[in-house]
Amino acid sequence: MRRIAVIALWIAASAAASVYLAMSLDGEGRRVYLPGDTTSGHHQIEERCELCHSAGDGVREEACLGCHREELAEADDSHAPQKFLDPRNAALGRTIDARHCVTCHREHRPRQTAAMGVTVAATFCADCHQDVLTDRASHAGFSRDGCAAAGCHNYHDNRALAEDFLADHLDEPDLAAQPTVAPVSAARAAGRPLTAADIDAPPGSRPAAAVDEWRASSHARAGVNCSGCHGGARLAGSGPARAWTDHPGPAACAGCHGAEVAGFESGKHGMRIAAGLPAMTPADARLPMTDDAAHRTLGCASCHGAHDVDVRRAAVDACLGCHADQHSLAYKGSPHHRRWLEEQRGAFWRGSGVSCATCHMPRVRRLDGGEPRVLVDHDQNASLRPLESMVRPVCASCHGVDFSLASLADPALVRRNFRSAPSAPSAAMELVRRRRKESP
Amino acid sequence: MTCRHLLILLALAACNRSEASDSPRGPDLVSARQTADMIHAVIAADRATYARDVVQRLTITQKVQIVDPEKGGPAPLAAREDWKSQHGALPLPAQMLRLGAEQVLAGDSGLSYLLLSPWPVNKQNRARTELETRGLAEVTRTGKPLYGSEVLGGQTYFAAFYPDLAVADACVACHNAHPDSPRRDFKTGEVMGAVVIRFPLK
Repeated sequence: MRRIAVIALWIAASAAASVYLAMSLDGEGRRVYLPGDTTSGHHQIEERCELCHSAGDGVREEACLGCHREELAEADDSHAPQKFLDPRNAALGRTIDARHCVTCHREHRPRQTAAMGVTVAATFCADCHQDVLTDRASHAGFSRDGCAAAGCHNYHDNRALAEDFLADHLDEPDLAAQPTVAPVSAARAAGRPLTAADIDAPPGSRPAAAVDEWRASSHARAGVNCSGCHGGARLAGSGPARAWTDHPGPAACAGCHGAEVAGFESGKHGMRIAAGLPAMTPADARLPMTDDAAHRTLGCASCHGAHDVDVRRAAVDACLGCHADQHSLAYKGSPHHRRWLEEQRGAFWRGSGVSCATCHMPRVRRLDGGEPRVLVDHDQNASLRPLESMVRPVCASCHGVDFSLASLADPALVRRNFRSAPSAPSAAMELVRRRRKESP
Repeated sequence: MTCRHLLILLALAACNRSEASDSPRGPDLVSARQTADMIHAVIAADRATYARDVVQRLTITQKVQIVDPEKGGPAPLAAREDWKSQHGALPLPAQMLRLGAEQVLAGDSGLSYLLLSPWPVNKQNRARTELETRGLAEVTRTGKPLYGSEVLGGQTYFAAFYPDLAVADACVACHNAHPDSPRRDFKTGEVMGAVVIRFPLK
């Protein structure tokens, strides 16, 4: 009798487990199948296993490049896979096969994972470049694991560390005489400026507060009527009418701000939308966030506002409404923040202020619709590797490269939001300075 | 570029036809040499044209000035290693060869080519195999090509080494001034290293 009870219990437990696992085959429940925690770069999309994995188990190389190809190309990848296809590299390839992303970036291995999702030992550079430590007098005695850690080299993006670039920027002042960020190119106007008399929303969809905000907005000045975002009518030259919606998403904004929306969906704020998942909420984040922001959803309107499209609020208050890490909390009162306030009250010139967005969503020159324009890069992820991607387009707009590299290499200074000068000079710049003095 | 690729394809096709024959004189070796010679003729012509008629002409002879819309200018047009992230900069002649070589490698034709030197600025470009050591020594000593074969990653490759000459003053000026150059007394027309061409043998 007891044996039958044990068997029945076993069958019931197995059935329950099977039902549980079967019910977990879709949506967020899939996380039960994760073999280990996903890196911070991918955890938002971890329930969509098929984005990276093919049926079975394999990770598709194309899955990595599908999201990262463009940024690697823009970074002039120092170790692009095609550099390792030469047969003379066959022996080195047996030590570290640099043709494949997953050689160095293995997912779901939290104990092995270092910054940037790297899962190989920090000495990996020496697998191929050991001779640098013996051939170059300037590098004698350097540690095998110090190439990247010292802030002198990156594996992929060395645009801000190339020796010629550093040599061009030796002995610059810490701060330019009139530091200014480039003004953003205005989006093309849809038509003549509009007033409240022009609005084309259905009669039941004209809340006074929204109309008031819209009347004072850049959208009204640029001729963007209610239907331009909400649908329900045909804008001149804008294609067929869309059905009216009370809550237009990023796709509606993309009609006029395609580059900005594409950037948003490439970064951590919008990558869930790009993956076909519900929008991110701060509760999904791994960085410290304010408690009351936990369940907000991230779309264009969450930072810009639905109707006033206030870019100044989007540049500071929207960020600090969610982000509560040390660096963010230290912004108010910092030299950058003081500049921002002074610009807002008209004491300093246009472009002199430094907001959160000035650094984390920098202004970049791109071809947009065939025309060169200055756009705000809404892919904040592109600037989350400061020593790689922030120095040239961001810091060096106002500061000397030496000062910028030294500041970003000082973690305590970053946490305090750059409230003082860096504690030590840039190691890379010092090496270049020394080599230029020694060169004939 | 199209013309170069066409010539390379014709050369490889010629190689494959000859390998199928049964000539007692060692047709594989003869056809491989001819193939490599033809490929080298294209590479060397492109390389000399770029170094002399583009880089030297624009940067040294004409001293072209450019304007960067972000930084203003004018500033001298230059060929530099970080050319891709510099407004208006040209790739160095050695980079130009490597850019083409990487595209050929990515095409998976089996052909590879590169520059090696006993005095490389980039130390990855010094001899790594026994044949490379011998090839560089012979080519720089005699100024004539050297042919051979070697096994890399389990595959036998035909390898040909051709003298790489300093065809323009710009080559000499840069190599003699570069802080990483192990030799600083090059003269125009001298052998600075070797163009190495490889493709697999059956």
